[in-house]
Amino acid sequence: MADVAAAWRPYRAVLASRVRSQASYRGGFVLDLASSLLVGLVELAEVWVLYRAISDPGGIGGLDLAAAVLVFGLADLSFSIADMLVGHVDTLPRYLRSGTLDVFYLRPQPLLAQLVTSEISVRRITRIAVGAVALGIGLVINDIAWTPLHVLFLALVVLTSTATFAGVFVAAAGVQFFLVDASEMTNAIVYGGRYAASQPASVWSKPLVALFGFAVPIAFTAYLPTVALLGLRGSAWLPGWVGWLAPLAAVWTWAVALLAWRTGIRHYQGGGG
Amino acid sequence: MRTTTTAPAVQVSQLTRTFRVRSGVLGRREVTAVDDLTLTIEAGESVGYIGANGAGKSTTIKMLAGILVPTSGTVRTCGLEPVAQRKALARRMGVVFGQRSQLWWDLPLAESYRILAAVHGLSAAREQERTAELVERLELGAFLATPVRQLSLGQRMRGEVAAALLHSPALLVLDEPTIGLDVLSKQRLREFLLAERAAHGTTLLLTTHDMGDVSRLCERVLLVDHGRLAYDGSLAGLSREVGARRVLVVDLAAPTPDLVEVPHAEHLGSEGGGLRQRLAFDDAATTAAAVLAAVSERVQVRDLSVEEPDVEDVVRRVYQSRGR
Repeated sequence: MADVAAAWRPYRAVLASRVRSQASYRGGFVLDLASSLLVGLVELAEVWVLYRAISDPGGIGGLDLAAAVLVFGLADLSFSIADMLVGHVDTLPRYLRSGTLDVFYLRPQPLLAQLVTSEISVRRITRIAVGAVALGIGLVINDIAWTPLHVLFLALVVLTSTATFAGVFVAAAGVQFFLVDASEMTNAIVYGGRYAASQPASVWSKPLVALFGFAVPIAFTAYLPTVALLGLRGSAWLPGWVGWLAPLAAVWTWAVALLAWRTGIRHYQGGGG
Repeated sequence: MRTTTTAPAVQVSQLTRTFRVRSGVLGRREVTAVDDLTLTIEAGESVGYIGANGAGKSTTIKMLAGILVPTSGTVRTCGLEPVAQRKALARRMGVVFGQRSQLWWDLPLAESYRILAAVHGLSAAREQERTAELVERLELGAFLATPVRQLSLGQRMRGEVAAALLHSPALLVLDEPTIGLDVLSKQRLREFLLAERAAHGTTLLLTTHDMGDVSRLCERVLLVDHGRLAYDGSLAGLSREVGARRVLVVDLAAPTPDLVEVPHAEHLGSEGGGLRQRLAFDDAATTAAAVLAAVSERVQVRDLSVEEPDVEDVVRRVYQSRGR
């Protein structure tokens, strides 16, 4: 235990000071919290408005309003946690231009761990709250045949979906080593992925399924777990039982993310790759 | 432990680093930043690493710190392989990059030190002792509570040096530490570095454009040009080789005939009918004080300044003297 505490101490020191620093600009901090809350509520309302406007009792892509709220809750909760913990890695291009990354080399911790813990966006906490409330509502209003397996699966999915989004952030950062001005493109994947996560993947076109179903397995963060929880049929490309495999998406994403990061670092150091 | 404490601070053998840079629309060409560099710096030495812009100084430092991988050749820093053993090396090496900050911009200086102490795993007692020592000797006390972004350049640079030394590294590398500093700030920083080295035996390696840094701080000079080692030896030897002299500029109380008979000094020129005169002298033969005293015996001096030899000028003279 003492070893764990000692290993964690450098990261805790940075994070604690980042939190204090953000909270010290009280006016701005409260405003950030409020705007983050508002954006979350607007996006939840968008789902509600869209599904209310549908006359088809089957909803969209096999999801009704209740199921859509569950998908939204899972997607938004896990993305927002990942965004709070890891989202700032998208500042890497700035670090590369200013040479700040070199400073990380002078400290006895892994570079990626230092980058991830160099900041924490506390203001996302209200957005996380919106996601959590939506998920809570979704779990109550849907008719789920609860078993211990379902409970375990849900808890695991929140963790692994967060890990999947975090992995997408890290993979996008790895790409920045090669394409310093490509943050527009990676943002399209990251934030496009966030938007896609809250939609039923069953209505996606094939290219979209290829992109967000498999390459960047966004469909596994919210839609497919929901299909599994509710015992729905899913679609031809992504049948319902695939939902139970949702946690594996995190493993795949992190394998890609770490490969992208390592390749990026190698490129930065000029060792080829 | 024994092998690492007695290992040379820097051991570089046939070190080469090339970069591929864009040239024209589609073409690329290879640029050699560091070219077949071989040198050893023993623990405890104080070395000035000088050369013109683009001579390969920063590239060398990045390879010493494990930031860049050599194209060929070997590097050992504090007895370690910098890229493979970066984390172990980080505990033994401190680097001050003149152009990039280790400090947290929006936090008080003192908080940066608390974080860095945690980063390097210093015990509470060690942290307190070392911080107190650095704060006192670098005179940081007055602005410890000030956010770093509000510090003057001189204050920030002292703060950076303390940050790099907090974990008591055996090797301190300074990349252009005095660039942009006023005369007084330069002087304080140099005095501190001398005292730090005397107290802890810290190896100093500094790149600089300022011959003043070299003459005050360094026992040994390494001069690089186009990535190659062009000179390795004492500053006095370099001065002998290329005649890198300092220049005393005196403003006199009355127009005076040219001061041509001052010992160990050469009259370079006069302005204002002899109101201002320029005298070149060699550090190896005399001192600024001795030249000034000799001038003062002859005429009343109202004001004075000393011009340091320019690194670029020294580099140029090295090539001229070698018939390039």
